[in-house]
Amino acid sequence: MNARPLLQAEHLHKEYKLPRGQTLRALDDVSLTVMQGETLGLVGESGCGKSTLGRCLLRLTDLSSGDIVFEGRNISALSERALRPIRRRMQMVFQDSYASLNPRRRIGDLIAEPLRVHPDNEGRKRSAADITARLDELMSLVGLPQSALARYPHEFSGGQRQRINIARALALSPQLVVADEPVSALDVSIQAQIVNLFTDLRERLGLTYVFIAHDLAVVRQISTRVAVMYLGAIVEIGDTDTVLHNPAHPYTAALISAVPEPVIRHDAQRSLLRGDVPSPVSPPSGCRFHTRCPQAQPRCSAETPELRDFGDARQAACHFPLGLSA
Amino acid sequence: METQTAASAPSPSRASVPGPWRMAGRSLTANRSAMTALAALMLVTFACLLAPFYAGDVARTDPFTSNVAGSFMLGGQEVDIMQPNDNPLHLGLSPVGPTWNPSAYMLGADSQGRDVAARLLYGGRNSLLISFSAALVCIAIATVVGVSAGFFGGFVDTALSRLMDIMWAVPVYLFAISLSIVTISQGLKIGPFTIESDNLLIPIFIIALVYVPYAARPIRGRVMALRNAEFVMAARSLGVPQHRILLRDIVPNVSTTLVVLTPLLTALALLAESALSFLSIGVQAPAASWGTIIQDGEGLIYTRPMVAIAPGLAIVIVVLALNILGDGLRDALDVRETSRRGA
Ligand SMILES: Nc1ncnc2c1ncn2[C@@H]1O[C@H](COP(=O)(O)OP(=O)(O)OP(=O)(O)O)[C@@H](O)[C@H]1O
Ligand code: SF4
Ligand SMILES: [Mg+2]
Repeated sequence: MNARPLLQAEHLHKEYKLPRGQTLRALDDVSLTVMQGETLGLVGESGCGKSTLGRCLLRLTDLSSGDIVFEGRNISALSERALRPIRRRMQMVFQDSYASLNPRRRIGDLIAEPLRVHPDNEGRKRSAADITARLDELMSLVGLPQSALARYPHEFSGGQRQRINIARALALSPQLVVADEPVSALDVSIQAQIVNLFTDLRERLGLTYVFIAHDLAVVRQISTRVAVMYLGAIVEIGDTDTVLHNPAHPYTAALISAVPEPVIRHDAQRSLLRGDVPSPVSPPSGCRFHTRCPQAQPRCSAETPELRDFGDARQAACHFPLGLSA
Repeated sequence: METQTAASAPSPSRASVPGPWRMAGRSLTANRSAMTALAALMLVTFACLLAPFYAGDVARTDPFTSNVAGSFMLGGQEVDIMQPNDNPLHLGLSPVGPTWNPSAYMLGADSQGRDVAARLLYGGRNSLLISFSAALVCIAIATVVGVSAGFFGGFVDTALSRLMDIMWAVPVYLFAISLSIVTISQGLKIGPFTIESDNLLIPIFIIALVYVPYAARPIRGRVMALRNAEFVMAARSLGVPQHRILLRDIVPNVSTTLVVLTPLLTALALLAESALSFLSIGVQAPAASWGTIIQDGEGLIYTRPMVAIAPGLAIVIVVLALNILGDGLRDALDVRETSRRGA
């Protein structure tokens, strides 16, 4: 594998100011690297900051602090205007396939928008003929009929709309696509089709994905690596097989044991999550998982575990990792 | 690899795919009460547009000059416009009452002997013109205010919103009356331009101005919702410049709000115009509006109530119809509700 980093995130912090002077830490010191050609799955319970991370990586939400290096260039402080040419290289597919399409514009108009605002590779404005040709190409790429171009978003099913979103994201031939739960709003039967489309496109176009999901089965199917998030931090990251079959972090193990056995075979002892996710406004001291962790010891609430390397291309943030000697 | 052509693609007939506007139009035409209201409005407007024809060719009267000494022909007989009073409680002369004959003082005469029916049509022209223009001007200003506040947020929003709050804190009629008294008594000088006190632009702009906060608030709310909409973030992620997002993604989605606001504001403006004219600080004599005619009828309310009732009824009908039409438009244009099918 040509393991060149495409995107590096260093110490990302994102805080939301809430009314009544409170601060919500949506991202707390997140660092990760996305390699060229890989698919990094991002999993975690609702509210753990997956979308926030995805949006911060693409500079769609402003960071509180931290650095993002994309294709060797630090983009974390660039202005919206300076970012514009870089946006061609990185795209997003959103969870809500309806909300992400302007209901008043035709599909052809929506997909042509990025082609109209960005010049072509020679720096010239694209001609109408070029755009039409590209639209036809994109429609066959995502498996939609040409006639769809003249229609409005509401005329399509969820799966079809997600194809439209994918076509639009691919219009400028990006390197990186961040997909934020692109299938979780779809019927199970349609989910498989869309996941297959993502895999197919990755092979054909050499794309790199950050694929956000809360469904481990989907993540396992598409990802080469997985990052597990809990309360705004990455608690475990590594190769998909390693992390999902032999988790080191008790939280990963708990997530896996919540999935029916045939989907993911795992050796982890059954450990069901108890209690609710603590509020990200006042996260627990020490290891943020200690309030729910079956392995918790007194040290856990006092001392924050750092992400540590375990020598098998995997890192976890736990004082007492499972199945490994610490 | 499998590149499945999505199984249930819509039938590929390219011919005339109904857009959101066309679908709204269909839903509006299917709404019987809205269509009745629209028909009533068109009828009233059309009748008022025919005012010169009615006065000149049917009633053969000049509704703008006093005619207390005159007479007219009714059924081959000459009838005095001012007649001895048939009400024992009142002394002196009263104007002729309704004859229900379109060519001879159909709704009677007012205290100056002028044809009420003809004045009603002329007055309607002014009332409708002022209220509709005021609504449009108001919406134009409110759009600029609401879109700027909603889209740019921060300081712009705070400043504009506070200004709107202050304006809205003053009762609308009090505000309009104060402005009118000043401008009507002095005319309006803006740089080299002088607007005479009988110019219709004065009531139009005053009414438009006092209702700006009323219209700006929902527009701002809509824009703020749109600014956070996922399709706006999608446009940003595609590298679409801000001004283009505003023009192509935000404004078209605000236009439905504007369309719904138009009839509602026209109704409010009509009421305000009538009130101002009734108080002699709107349309100036000898020109008429429904408000001035009601004022003319005030003194005749016991002897010739028709003078006040006719314009009053006209106002009620038009305001009611505008509100029904506004409701119909709101239902028809609710994109989410009419077209959002399963995700
Ligand atoms: N604009 C905002 N203002 C305040 N808090 C926010 C905002 N956006 C997100 N949050 C909070 O940040 C945290 C992370 O949210 P985020 O949407 O990233 O979670 P998520 O992992 O994507 O969840 P889900 O699976 O539900 O999409 C949540 O606690 C959320 O309430
Ligand atoms: S550090 Fe302690 S509380 Fe945290 S996950 Fe590991 S064992 Fe559980
Ligand atoms: Mg999310």
